[in-house]
Formats: sequence, C-alpha cells, structure tokens
Amino acid sequence: VALCTACIFLIPLAIAGLALINTGLGRSRSAAHSMLAALCVVSVAAVVYAAWGFAVQGVAGGPAHLLHAGGKAWSWIGSGPILLRGVDLEASPDFLIALLQMFSVALAATIPLGSGAERWRLGPCCVSTAILAGFIYPLFAHWVWGGGWLSQLGANAGLGRGFLDAAGGSTVQAVGGVTALAIAWILGSRHGKYASEGMPAALPGHNIVLVLSGCLLAWVGWMGLNCAGTMLMYGASPAALAAIAANTTLPAAAAVLTSVIMTRARFGKPDASLSGNAWMGGLVASSAGCALVSAMAAIVIGAVAGAIVTVGIEWLDRLEVDDPGGSIAVHALGGLWGVLAVGVVGRTPAGVSGQWLAQLVGMATIIGVVLPLAYLLNWILNLIYPNRVALQGEREGMDLHELGAGAYPEAAEF
Amino acid sequence: MSAFEDDNQDGVFPMKIAGFLLLPAGWMIVASAIVLLPPGAARMAFICAGAAVEVLGMVLIFRAHLADSPGKAR
Repeated sequence: VALCTACIFLIPLAIAGLALINTGLGRSRSAAHSMLAALCVVSVAAVVYAAWGFAVQGVAGGPAHLLHAGGKAWSWIGSGPILLRGVDLEASPDFLIALLQMFSVALAATIPLGSGAERWRLGPCCVSTAILAGFIYPLFAHWVWGGGWLSQLGANAGLGRGFLDAAGGSTVQAVGGVTALAIAWILGSRHGKYASEGMPAALPGHNIVLVLSGCLLAWVGWMGLNCAGTMLMYGASPAALAAIAANTTLPAAAAVLTSVIMTRARFGKPDASLSGNAWMGGLVASSAGCALVSAMAAIVIGAVAGAIVTVGIEWLDRLEVDDPGGSIAVHALGGLWGVLAVGVVGRTPAGVSGQWLAQLVGMATIIGVVLPLAYLLNWILNLIYPNRVALQGEREGMDLHELGAGAYPEAAEF
Repeated sequence: MSAFEDDNQDGVFPMKIAGFLLLPAGWMIVASAIVLLPPGAARMAFICAGAAVEVLGMVLIFRAHLADSPGKAR
C-alpha cells in the first residue's frame, strides 16, 4: 500500500509537465491564462470526479447496471453511491483506486487545453472539464477498469483476455486526445493561423525551455502513473516495478531519437518542439502495455510512436486542425497506437488468441462512441456558453483579456 | 454563432453530420458482431468492417472541416 501510494503521489508531476508544455508551446500573451486554466481544470476534475464520476466508474466487482445480450450479462455503467460514500478512507484498495483515478482524470482534463490554447475561455473550459470528469471519462473507464463490457470481451466473447490497458493509454490519453480533437474542431483555428488559401502560418511557442522541462517532469510522473495503474488495475507485484519503469523510459527514449533523426533529415536540424512532443508520445504509448511487453517491444512501440507524432502534427496542421500544444497527435494517436501495440507485440499466455481484435474493439469504441459524445456535449455547451474568446480578446492575448495582466509584465512581447 | 451554423454552406454541414453519424454506426456494427456472431472469420470481418466505417466517418469530418476552416477564424 505504501509503495502504491508513493507512486500515486508522483502523478501530479505528469500534470505539471503537461501544463508547462502547453504553456511553452503557446504565445507569451496567453501564458498566465494557460497555467491558470490548468489549475482550474485540475480542480474541477478532482471535485467533480470525487463527487460524481467515481460512482459512474465504480470498481471491478462493484455495483453496476447490466445489459443482457447474446445470452451474456454485460456491465455498462457503475451504480455506486455518489460523494465517495461507502469507500473506506483508511488506505483501502478502493480508496487508492479513487485517488489514482482522481489524478488520472485531472491529467486527461489537462490534455484538451493544448488544442484549445490561446482561444478557449476559462469558464467554458471548466464546464467542459466537468462534463469530461463527471460522465465521459468515468463511463469509458468503467468499461475498461470497472469490470465493464470491454474488460469482459475475453470471458464473454472469447477475445483474448478482454481489452487490456495497464495504465491509461486509452482511458486517460486517448479519451483526453479525442476530446482535444473535438475542442479544436468546435473552436476553429486561431486568427491568422490559416490564410484564405489554407496555408498554415508558423506561430511558434514562446518558451522551449518550459516545454522540455515539462517533458522531463512528465517522465517522473509517468513512471508513477504506470506503476500505480498496473499495481491497482492488474495486480502487478512490487517486483515488477523496475521493469515497468524501464518500459516507460525506453519508448520515450526511442520516440525522441526517432523524431530527432526524422526532423534532422527533413529540416537539416533537429526540431526541439517536435522532439519534445515525440518524447511525450513515447510516454503516452508506453501506458497501455508497460507491464505486458518486453523491453525490445517497448523500444519498437516508442520508435513508431515518435514517427506517428512527428508526422501526425504536420498532417493535422495541413488538415487545418489548429492544435498549438500537439495534444491530438501526442495523446490521441500515441494512445491509440499504444493500445493496438498491446495486441500486436504484447506477451500473450499460451492458448489465448484474438487479443489484437479485443484491442481493435476498444479503439473502435473510442472513435465511435467517445469522440462523437465529446463533440456533441461540447457542441451543446458551445450553444449555451460560447467557448471561443472574441477576436479582440484573441488579438490582445488571453492574459490581458481574461485576467487583466500579462505573465511577463516587465518584458516586451516575445 | 455556433460551429454548425458556420458550416451550413456548400454541403459542408451534411458532410459533417454524415461523418458524425458514421462513427457510432461503425461502432454498432462492431458491437453487433461481438454479440451476434460466433468466434471465427465472419466475426473478425464484421469487426474490421465496422472499424472501416468509422475511418470513412473520420475522413468525411476532416474533409468538412477543411472545406470550412478559413472562415472560422473570425
């Protein structure tokens, strides 16, 4: 319990790292707004999840609503008491799961801030987080970790061991990533990003040191996330933690090296922001399979993730999806690739087959249910409470417009 | 003005709606295959077909977004 608690306490470093990355990749006139938005969404996510979300998610073997289809019972939503009632607060496994999930949903909620940077107003951003933490995240997490229908695919449908995600490659990263995509679609691009003929303009981030420092902080946080998640959700023993830490580090290392080589070949010099994003993509891709793959497979997963993120960011830019923080490529594409990789290169016990198909069903659920749900709910929110700042506010910067003061009052505009 | 109101021109709005309808439609094919079909090649084919429908939906949504995007930055 002590070891697991210590690992959980490292997770806020992943959130801090992500907040620094989102801030550094934005322009200086919205830097304070970006950091305050991170604090606000973490706060909203923690409160809403503790009050409501954990009851929707539940734990494996806990109370849940069942749907009977094809002669089998499928668990589709938790039905526990709200406000954490009935959970023993004295370090019981259920409370440790609630704590881990509270930090995980805060991490997931920080992801869309990257795609909505410099134009997403603070108020709607908090309401959107409440929707994510109170309904979308817990629903999908129930399906994967709460004994829900995706985890039952092995027992009920003979698909491998059911959908596997050791530490949140789908529940945290891909769910946050597709929500970031929905937000980017709803908000539209930043003013001046795309000219009338659609060519993207370069709007470089204001502080690459913040970005790369955030990457290093996130590394520590991710080791805590992967170790705690694997122990609590899949019963990994403390003896496995060293291997899990290695399988967290190796994909990130392989990803950043791949990106450095690719950008060096493409532009003549390595690109720091793309390489930083590739590092994060490697960490994201490590989450689903950190306890389920060999070290060599972890390197392959990371190398592919680095290539996907490096190409994906440019590809999304050409498709005019304005994502200043690279959240969609890193968390949605990286997370989905990590999930698929468990089925392709993961260790499978003898006599078990169809794991890749179970992973494909999980990916199809993220694209076919979570993405439209996130878009629909945020689109309705946008009708009631417009998400996007007015043009004047965007021109003067979110700091001055929404907070009344800049992040760097004694410095000229970067 | 809402995101959908912006799009209501030159077929962008129907294309986006069609794309967003294809996403859950593809998932329904996947879910139905799991529940209704026994393990085997047919079930695998239906699951892959459902995923392909979702990919088609994503292509439509991206195309609709691309057709609409420059006007969105108000």
